[in-house]
Amino acid sequence: MSDLALLAISIRPSDIAVFGSQTLVTATPLTLAALGGVMSERSGVVNIALEGIMLTGAFVGYAVAFLTHNLWLGIIAAILAGMLIAAIHAVLAISFIVDQIVSGTVINILAVGITGVFYRTFLESQSVAGPGTLPVWQVPFLSQLPVVGPILFQNAFVTYAMLALILVVYLVIFRTTWGLRTRACGEHPQAAETAGINVYLVRYVNVILSGALAGLGGAYFSLQQIGNFLPGMTGGRGFIGLAAMIFGRWNPFGAFGASLLFTASDQLASRAIAFGVHVQPQFLGMLPYLLTIVVVAGAVGRSVAPAADGKPYRKT
Amino acid sequence: MRRLWGLVPGWVVSVLVVPIASVVLGFGVAAIAIVATGTDPGQAYLALFQGAFTNNNAFAETLVSSVPYIFLGLGVALGFRAGLFNIGAEGQFYIGALAGVFVAYSIHGLPPVIEIGLSLLAAMVAGFVYAGIAGFLKAQTGAHEVITTIMLNYVAFLIANYLVTTPGLMKDPLSRIPRTPYIDVNATLPIILPNSRLHAGLLLALVAIPLVWFLIERTTLGFRLRAVGFNAGASRAAGISVARTTVLAMGISGALAATAGIVQMLGIQHDMTPAVASGYGFDAIAVALLARSNPWGILPAALLFGALHNGASFMQLQTQVSADLISIVQASVIVFVAAPEIIRWLLRIRGHQVVAVAITERGGAATRV
Repeated sequence: MSDLALLAISIRPSDIAVFGSQTLVTATPLTLAALGGVMSERSGVVNIALEGIMLTGAFVGYAVAFLTHNLWLGIIAAILAGMLIAAIHAVLAISFIVDQIVSGTVINILAVGITGVFYRTFLESQSVAGPGTLPVWQVPFLSQLPVVGPILFQNAFVTYAMLALILVVYLVIFRTTWGLRTRACGEHPQAAETAGINVYLVRYVNVILSGALAGLGGAYFSLQQIGNFLPGMTGGRGFIGLAAMIFGRWNPFGAFGASLLFTASDQLASRAIAFGVHVQPQFLGMLPYLLTIVVVAGAVGRSVAPAADGKPYRKT
Repeated sequence: MRRLWGLVPGWVVSVLVVPIASVVLGFGVAAIAIVATGTDPGQAYLALFQGAFTNNNAFAETLVSSVPYIFLGLGVALGFRAGLFNIGAEGQFYIGALAGVFVAYSIHGLPPVIEIGLSLLAAMVAGFVYAGIAGFLKAQTGAHEVITTIMLNYVAFLIANYLVTTPGLMKDPLSRIPRTPYIDVNATLPIILPNSRLHAGLLLALVAIPLVWFLIERTTLGFRLRAVGFNAGASRAAGISVARTTVLAMGISGALAATAGIVQMLGIQHDMTPAVASGYGFDAIAVALLARSNPWGILPAALLFGALHNGASFMQLQTQVSADLISIVQASVIVFVAAPEIIRWLLRIRGHQVVAVAITERGGAATRV
């Protein structure tokens, strides 16, 4: 009681701004992974490879930025690397009808291997200064607003891009012909084929686009957050993004909201220590993972996947 | 070439040709990565081989490395047969090790058979319960085990961390560094090859293989498990409790992974330090896939991964190629095993139906990823 009372008294508007800003910024990779999941799974392809795609994006983005001294080339490289890795998933899962979970697992293992091997050979022993981190862009006037300004209008590129892409993915999925075709392939590919839709093409494009989104999410870790690459630095965030997508009912805005819920709990946990609330750090560390389990178990409300999600399609 | 394949029985293609070709091709793909790092793949693979087999004590160490892979592979394979994708073997490994080590340092002066038996039992129960959570959630709510077991991995690390570093819990009060007390001398698994670390865990693993085979192929539970894995809807219609079978299969899978953990502690480490991600979970999946979920196939697959694991550190030392290279070999091997069409096409095998590995639901029970 006394701890909580103290906590309540000591909160200031600037604390709320910091809390909100950190919640939004750390939600960036989760949301991008979740948006990738929406693209892929709405077309009927389960994508647990998002974790490995993000790790590859983080590595390639950093490596290119390091070699060219240009962060923007790094961003582009991260996106392209994500698309390339996702294309492997697409070939295996769509053309070779490999079990989609197996294929995703393969990508995740492969990403650990490739990033580990090339990091050790080319980057680990480098003593030259890294490429730095993406600059924070302040939106004129709006960034001066109290509380809202620091949260929404003082961010770096990947976070702004993430906010824009939520709307873009929403519009593509629910307001365009392509989105209608995508959802048709995810719900009933046979019917879609009969209606003249090329199911393979739709699934390929969506999986590769999901790779672009997750690759950009990977760039957040290495180019926006710390300006360096560390092996395994994505730390399961791709999987949590996937859980956010489920909790968000395969909807971009829902996925964003769920991502914010995860990172808010994370922030709350780390701030509890700062405010002197005595909880073991390990228990606080478990919070986002336990929350993910609870969310996926549907304690908060059942959500329904696209009907043909995870089912391979074989043209007859 | 095509005519020659006609003389080879189908099962030989499935059980021998495809897995062996997969491994060879896996090394081939990884060789591309080695070349890209500017090293001679021949040199790297020579070092890998020396480190795995011909160096002093290397073969015994390879066997030592294979022991956990046998248990882990059996666990994941059993899950596969029930249509479950247990990515949580790593977490179950640590939870089992924690419970078993706790028993093994708490008891004193009992005969080795009893001390080891109790420790194994504690580990298996803990692993059963921990993995059972994921099974229960899948059965009750449809929460996909891939997500829940991965999350439980992270939770397991933190639990282990908490218990091992907190004084008054499992931390050794006499030690400066965070670790548990050493296990009782009677709980250590005896060394079975003089002047090596090869311990009796290997014998336990060799016993586990026929036991798991018997469980899957010759018992009612095993039949239900395969039925649910093959077609959950039909199993339900036939009166099998899909929920109960799912929880049991996940639990047994976890108990086997937990056994890997405790055997490693009783045989090699003798105490527990804070858990670090070891990649055991993904290794276990690779072993089970390469073995095509057949308990007998686990033995050669586990030996291969034990050898890779053991040889990788020597390769890194000799040629500066990161031991992470093993992950590339593993990923490529799984691709070729899971997509035998690629191998059929490469080797021009015609006429044999090469069966692909399929793990996720074929029956249509509620599942969500």
